[in-house]
Amino acid sequence: MIFFVTLVVVIMLTCAIAACVIKDLLSAAIVAGVVSFCSAILFYFLQAPDVAIAEASIGAALVTAILIIAIRRTKREE
Amino acid sequence: MRNISNIIGLILLFIIAFAVVLSVIWIPFGVPKETVGDYYINEGIDETGAANIVTSVVLNYRGYDTLGEVTILLIAAVGLGAILATIKRKTKKKVVPSSAVLSTGCKFLFPFIMLFGSYIFLHGHLTPGGGFQGGAIIASGYLLVYLGCEKKKINRNRFKIAESLAGLTFVIIGLLGLVFGGYFLLNFLPKGIPNTLLSAGIIPIIYIAIGFKVGSELTGVIDNLIEES
Repeated sequence: MIFFVTLVVVIMLTCAIAACVIKDLLSAAIVAGVVSFCSAILFYFLQAPDVAIAEASIGAALVTAILIIAIRRTKREE
Repeated sequence: MRNISNIIGLILLFIIAFAVVLSVIWIPFGVPKETVGDYYINEGIDETGAANIVTSVVLNYRGYDTLGEVTILLIAAVGLGAILATIKRKTKKKVVPSSAVLSTGCKFLFPFIMLFGSYIFLHGHLTPGGGFQGGAIIASGYLLVYLGCEKKKINRNRFKIAESLAGLTFVIIGLLGLVFGGYFLLNFLPKGIPNTLLSAGIIPIIYIAIGFKVGSELTGVIDNLIEES
């Protein structure tokens, strides 16, 4: 259990740093979506399933899609 | 000159930090000072009839705040539409037609996502979830259709009518509470037995309205972004 949570936190931190560092904006948007997904898992383990559903549907799905649509209209490289 | 402003900023920062520490230092650490959370947990189910305590707080004790949140979402969607309407459309990019497997898969998954989203907001007073989450799931289903089958489009007028009617339902139910009992969003319907579908008075009705409103608003945002840009 604690091992799984630690793994999720490590993945989340790695993805959050990667989202800041990566120059390719499409990859950065996908990695930011992974951060939202990991935080949804953490919310579920913290016994807040309402917030977890909202985070997974809005943060991981819709925000990532909106970012990708914005990138399609502008440039892909930073 | 730069140095003086830096020093002034630093002094102001220290004053603010001192004030924050001074106001926080009196609160004992780790001791629950507030009793309102315990009240919701102990009395919430009996008072509102909603088995999900989060829902009883969001829609009953703090229902007026939820109306504000819905209004903020409406303003954001309207603002996005207004900004995108002023931007000139670029020359159309070439759209790669989706393969038969992709479009058939999207059409197959779409009704199941709709069913799941409706379940989330219909059972908002019993299980985790509610109008906002269910609406977001419904909007993600429409996003899948927009990405997968490029020929399908929503009827914008119908979505606007659904959104307006849902918002109107929320406000009218709140005003009915004012008529029957004297304050806005009073739970005037019978509470019923907790843990059954027809319980908790006005909470399921309001959550259905919020589900329709959020779903149609977010779908409208996606439609605006994909079609106008």
